[in-house]
Amino acid sequence: MTLLRLEPRGEASRAMVYLTPLIAVALTLVSGFLLFWAMGFDPVKALHAFFIAPVSSVRGVGELAVKATPLVLCAIGLAIGFRANVWNIGAEGQLTLGAIVGGGIALAFYGEGGWWLLPLMIVGGMVGGALWAAIPAFLRIRFNASEILTSLMLNYVAVHLLNYLMHGPYRDPEGFAFPESRLFEADAVMPLLVAGTRVHLGSLFALLAVAGGWFLMARTFIGFQIKVIGLTPTAAGYAGFNQKKIIWLTLLLSGALAGLAGLGEVAGPIGQLNPTISPGYGYTAIIVAFLGRLHPVGILLAGFLMALSFIGGEAAQIALGLPKAITGVFQGMLLFFLLATDVLIRYRLRFGAKTAPKPIAGRAAA
Amino acid sequence: MDSATLSTTRASTPPHRLELRGITKRFPGCLANDSVDLVLKPGEIHALLGENGAGKSTLVKIIYGVLHADAGTLLWQGQETMIPDPAGARRLGIGMVFQHFSLFDTLTVAENISLGLDNPGPMDALSQRIAEVSERYGLSLDPRRHVHHLSVGERQRVEIVRCLLQDPRLLIMDEPTSVLTPQEATRLFETLRVLAAEGCTILYISHKLEEIRALCDTATVLRGGRVVGSCDPRKETARSLAEMMIGTELSTPERLPHGVAGAPKLQVRHLSTTSDNPFATNLKDVSFEVRAGEILGIAGVAGNGQAELMAALSGEELLPEPAAVTIEGRPVGHLGPRERRELGLAFVPEERLGRGAVPELSLSENALLSGYAREPLVRSGLVHFGRARSYAERIIGAFNVVTHGHRAEARSLSGGNLQKFIIGREILQRPRLLVVGQPTWGVDAGAAAAIHRALIALAQDGAAVLVISQDLDELFVLSNRIAVLFHGRLSDSRPTHQTSVEEIGLLMGGLFNHPPDEDEE
Repeated sequence: MTLLRLEPRGEASRAMVYLTPLIAVALTLVSGFLLFWAMGFDPVKALHAFFIAPVSSVRGVGELAVKATPLVLCAIGLAIGFRANVWNIGAEGQLTLGAIVGGGIALAFYGEGGWWLLPLMIVGGMVGGALWAAIPAFLRIRFNASEILTSLMLNYVAVHLLNYLMHGPYRDPEGFAFPESRLFEADAVMPLLVAGTRVHLGSLFALLAVAGGWFLMARTFIGFQIKVIGLTPTAAGYAGFNQKKIIWLTLLLSGALAGLAGLGEVAGPIGQLNPTISPGYGYTAIIVAFLGRLHPVGILLAGFLMALSFIGGEAAQIALGLPKAITGVFQGMLLFFLLATDVLIRYRLRFGAKTAPKPIAGRAAA
Repeated sequence: MDSATLSTTRASTPPHRLELRGITKRFPGCLANDSVDLVLKPGEIHALLGENGAGKSTLVKIIYGVLHADAGTLLWQGQETMIPDPAGARRLGIGMVFQHFSLFDTLTVAENISLGLDNPGPMDALSQRIAEVSERYGLSLDPRRHVHHLSVGERQRVEIVRCLLQDPRLLIMDEPTSVLTPQEATRLFETLRVLAAEGCTILYISHKLEEIRALCDTATVLRGGRVVGSCDPRKETARSLAEMMIGTELSTPERLPHGVAGAPKLQVRHLSTTSDNPFATNLKDVSFEVRAGEILGIAGVAGNGQAELMAALSGEELLPEPAAVTIEGRPVGHLGPRERRELGLAFVPEERLGRGAVPELSLSENALLSGYAREPLVRSGLVHFGRARSYAERIIGAFNVVTHGHRAEARSLSGGNLQKFIIGREILQRPRLLVVGQPTWGVDAGAAAAIHRALIALAQDGAAVLVISQDLDELFVLSNRIAVLFHGRLSDSRPTHQTSVEEIGLLMGGLFNHPPDEDEE
């Protein structure tokens, strides 16, 4: 009767775990092709402008790394929490607080900085993000309040706090009342790593976070506890793993990494504080974490892919006059197709009607 | 039953009540039923025997219309029939009492029954019919009582009466006595015999062999999805039936010598619990001790406080009074599972997949799950995966776990093999005290014997072993002493050789011989 059926697999397909992100990317490209075509653009040219042109120069690749840096930093922390069933949706707010605290240090010591200023800002950014994440952690443990809601709501609080600061205490005294801070002095700026690009020290931290995240999950006993708690909380209780400790640890860690990402933005490509330090990196990082299968290496690759969607979206706006929403459309399609194709891990597609049972001769091997 | 009379008049000999021919059912990766033939005659009590995974449940679900066979035919009263769904099965006259009841606690008996009927009619008339039917078959049941007041045995009667009201010609009973005391089981058998004498066919699924010998006229044995034989169970021994089920010879464990117990390893004194969960059974003033070298058995029907006792002993539930539980004299009530493990406690929970093991993780990772506390598997915060692997391999080797290696996911193992792995994991940590819940529940006979031997060997090496089980046969094989848990209270223990299944059965029904307590609610 039906032409297409889903048949459960005996066990999860390992190949599909790795293949479905690729299938999702391919489907996104096909849909993008159709979308551009329907809108009356030359689809080949549009896709080229979106995905190829932005990365066909050293500078373009550098921009890709700059965009991927905050995504990867946030996503590594989020993924570790997600593995433990701790659903931190508040990376955007934690990133903002990292920028507020770390950037605030740069402004506080304006004109009297030294070699120690940047390290202090980095520590400050991480502490700021971690403290912001400590609020949902406390509420979850003390009142069993869902960290999904509390961390999400705190994002809005963080953005309003930033807005207040930009219109008040942080505003550049010589800035003609524009809601922007002073430009950071040289001691307060991330050093560049590659000449001719904007790739900065933050990218190195992102790579360290990838390595550290892998080490934590693959080699340490804490990582094992995180896995067990995420998969089977009752087994973790039986084994005697302290779930409260893991909730604290994962939220503080992801908050600190998001805070570092925020500090990296204001002390890196932006170079000052302003009300729009993040185009939604903290939210996109959730997509990056899942697209990367919650695995650090996968997250690194997914971070680059999502960075490309940001850059490509901008390029497409300039080259083709497409609306700004095009970036969100592509990101949304990607997540949609990824979630949809995930079904292939546990099910296989069968074409045609249900097959009649074969006659069984003797003992079947299967 | 017009169709029945029709076909009886047409055929010269009365047709079989139900005949299955070549029933085959395949699931991804397994052949659950492999051309099964089965004949059920009117008025017979027919046992369906087999180990876990032999295909009994699948076959029964096909008869009751829950599943559909891939191949084969089903003849009801001599006529080829398609059973589309359970409602269709009920219309034909097939009733089924499941192992797990589907009753609403907050409704009365009559309301529950009316919900399960296709046309219940007015409540007064229904209550009248319930009273009549339960009277006729010796199933005493008050239609106006609320289900949450009923004991497990009474709840089962509700399910049975619900089936009987539909005038079944075939009644399927899935492991009906697993939740009953021996006395309740005896009463159930009387009911079933009356039913059979009236011509109702009973298909009886169980792995309790003594029961089948006492009750059934015919037995069909399934192994690996196929019928491997049928026999008259009254002419067989429990041992020969078991060997038919597993297909090899059965070795029975040696019993422990009595009176060799040493110093107390685990002491529980005046343990009471209060839970926020309204469905939990609070423990009331439970006291006992387990000594080195002995096995103490705690019997009881499920839901009488076993889960709460296990949690209090393992440390998953912390106790306000540290001295309520002591390990080798040290108060541990305030300590979590990890600290208690370090003091020498090992623990096998009743729920093996999802508590005792993480389904998605490999066997080496599952070896680490509890092994980290007493084996050198973690060094300065890092997991020593090589050692976890060799620990898993040692368990697999020592306990004959059938698996394709330490990389296999826990959920890929059969129930018996996973239980051998978990028990092996705990025993190889050389615990001074082992607490085991339902060690062989749902485990095939071969694995059960291996598990029993391992527990006895551990006690002989000087460890104290506490077994909490609903299976009296098991407790009588294993334990030096037996106590009974009922409504959160624990009876005094008595030496196994001085008691009997009957006496323990009475205790399981709540007839403690010390005086009843004043603080009963």
